[in-house]
Amino acid sequence: MHIPQELRYTREHEWIRLEADGTAVVGITDFAQSELGDIVFVELKPVGTELEQNAVFGTVEAVKTVSELYLPVAGQIIAHNEAVIQDPALINRDPYGAGWLIRIQPRDPAQIEGLLSAEEYQSMIGVR
Amino acid sequence: MQNLRKRTPLYHRHLEAGARMVPFAGFEMPLHYRGIVEEHRAVRQRAGLFDISHMGEFLIRGPRAGEFVQYVTTNDISRLTDGRAQYSLFCREHGGIVDDLIVYRITASEYLLVVNAANIAKDLAYLIEHNSMGADLVDISEETALLALQGPASAAILRRLLADPDPEQIPYYHFRKLTGGRFLGCRRALISATGYTGEPGFELYMEAERAPAVWDALLEAGQDLGLVPCGLGARDTLRLEMGYCLYGNEISEDTHPYEAGLGWVVKLEKGPFVGREALQRIRQSPPSRRLVGFRLQQRAIPRSGYAITDAEGRRIGQVTSGSHSPILEVGIGMGYVETAFAEPGSQIWIAIRDRLVPAEVVKPPFIERRP
Repeated sequence: MHIPQELRYTREHEWIRLEADGTAVVGITDFAQSELGDIVFVELKPVGTELEQNAVFGTVEAVKTVSELYLPVAGQIIAHNEAVIQDPALINRDPYGAGWLIRIQPRDPAQIEGLLSAEEYQSMIGVR
Repeated sequence: MQNLRKRTPLYHRHLEAGARMVPFAGFEMPLHYRGIVEEHRAVRQRAGLFDISHMGEFLIRGPRAGEFVQYVTTNDISRLTDGRAQYSLFCREHGGIVDDLIVYRITASEYLLVVNAANIAKDLAYLIEHNSMGADLVDISEETALLALQGPASAAILRRLLADPDPEQIPYYHFRKLTGGRFLGCRRALISATGYTGEPGFELYMEAERAPAVWDALLEAGQDLGLVPCGLGARDTLRLEMGYCLYGNEISEDTHPYEAGLGWVVKLEKGPFVGREALQRIRQSPPSRRLVGFRLQQRAIPRSGYAITDAEGRRIGQVTSGSHSPILEVGIGMGYVETAFAEPGSQIWIAIRDRLVPAEVVKPPFIERRP
C-alpha cells in the first residue's frame, strides 16, 4: 500500500498536500481506493464553497458503495479536478497524482500540522 | 456458540486469485478479483466463471415427487419433460414470495430445486410443512458445488472439456445429467444452459470435492478466449442490467408476483398449489404499485432504499436495486412505483442526498438481450 511521506492524512482516508502558493490539494488514499473498488462517480461541492474542517465536500461512488469525502482542514474550494469528474477511474489508477479531487484555500494552514503523518496513517490502517 | 461463516469448496482458490472476500448469506464469498467493471465487461464480451456454490439444492424424489413440486411452486411443472428446467416461485398462502428458484426435472420421479443461499433453512421448513404427499426431500446444498460459466465464449470453452453432449446443442433452460466421470471425473454432474447474466452460458453442478479441479480446468481451457473469474459484484450488476429480480431486493414475503412482474410464472389454472386462492384474488384487482426499471437522466447512481418521487417531490415509491451500468455508463435501477408512474416513458425522480435526479421508466432489459 503506497503512503507518500510528504502528505498528511485524515482518519477518513483523505490526503492533503500544501503547495508553495499557499493552496492545498486534497484526494483519497491508495488504501481508500483499493477498499472502494472501481470508482464510477464523483460529486463535489461547487467551487467557491466555504467549509469547516471535517465537513463533507463531496461523495465518491464505487459500483457497490457510496462514501462521503471529508475536508481535512477548513477552507474554500477553489478548483475541482475536472478530469476526475469525467473519468473517476483516475482515482483508482493514480490516487495521489492524476486522481486528486479538489484544490482549496486553507483558512489556517497550521491545521495541516495537526493531521496524521504517513507513519501515523500507516499504523492506523495496519500493515497490509 | 461461535457463528462461523461458511466457505465454499473454492474458498482457497479465491484467496489465491486475490479476491476481495465479503460476507454474503452466511458465506464468505468473492466480491471481485480484478474489479467489478472489468469482470462485468468480460462476461458481456467473452466469458466469466463464477463460484455460486452458496446456492441451495434440494432433491425431491419418489412416486409423488411431481405432485409435491407442483403443489409447492407457482409455475406448471406439467410443461416440463426430462432434462428441462423452469423458473418458479414458492409463495405463502397469502401470496407473498417465499423464494424464487429453478426446478429441474431429472425424471418424472426426481426433481432438483435450486434456491437462494439466504433462504435455505426457510425454504426447507416451507417444503416440510407442505409435504403431505410424503415425497423424499433431501438437502444436498453442502455436498454440491455450483459454477456458472457465462458469456458468449462459454460454449466454445466448455466444448474443450466436454465432447458429448456438445454444449452448443443444449438449448436454453435445458440440461444434461452426466454421471460416472463423464464430465471431468465427476461422479454426478449436471450441465444446465441457464444463468443470471443475460448472456449465453451454463450452470455446472457437481460434488463439492471435484469443484477445485473443475474450476482450474475451466479457467485453463478458457484462458486464450478471455475467461476470467468473476465475483458476486459483477453477478449483481449483470443481473440488474437484465432487470432480473433479486430475492431480498425486488421480491420478498411482502411482495406478490403480480406487482413484481412475475405473473408469467404463476399458473392459476394448473390446479391447487400453496397461495393459489390469494393469488387469484390479488390478480382480480389491479396492483397499487408495480416494479419498474429506470434509467437516470443525469450523472448519479441510485441505491436500494432511495425514495422515488414525482416532480413536486411527493414520494411515489422506493428503489429496490440500483447501480452504475458498466455497459451503458449511466445509473440504472429497479423499484416499486405507484401504478400511474409505471408505464415505460414515465418521468420519475430519484431522491439522491439533497437533490432530485430525473429518471425515465424503461422496460428491462436495459441492454439488448442476446441468448
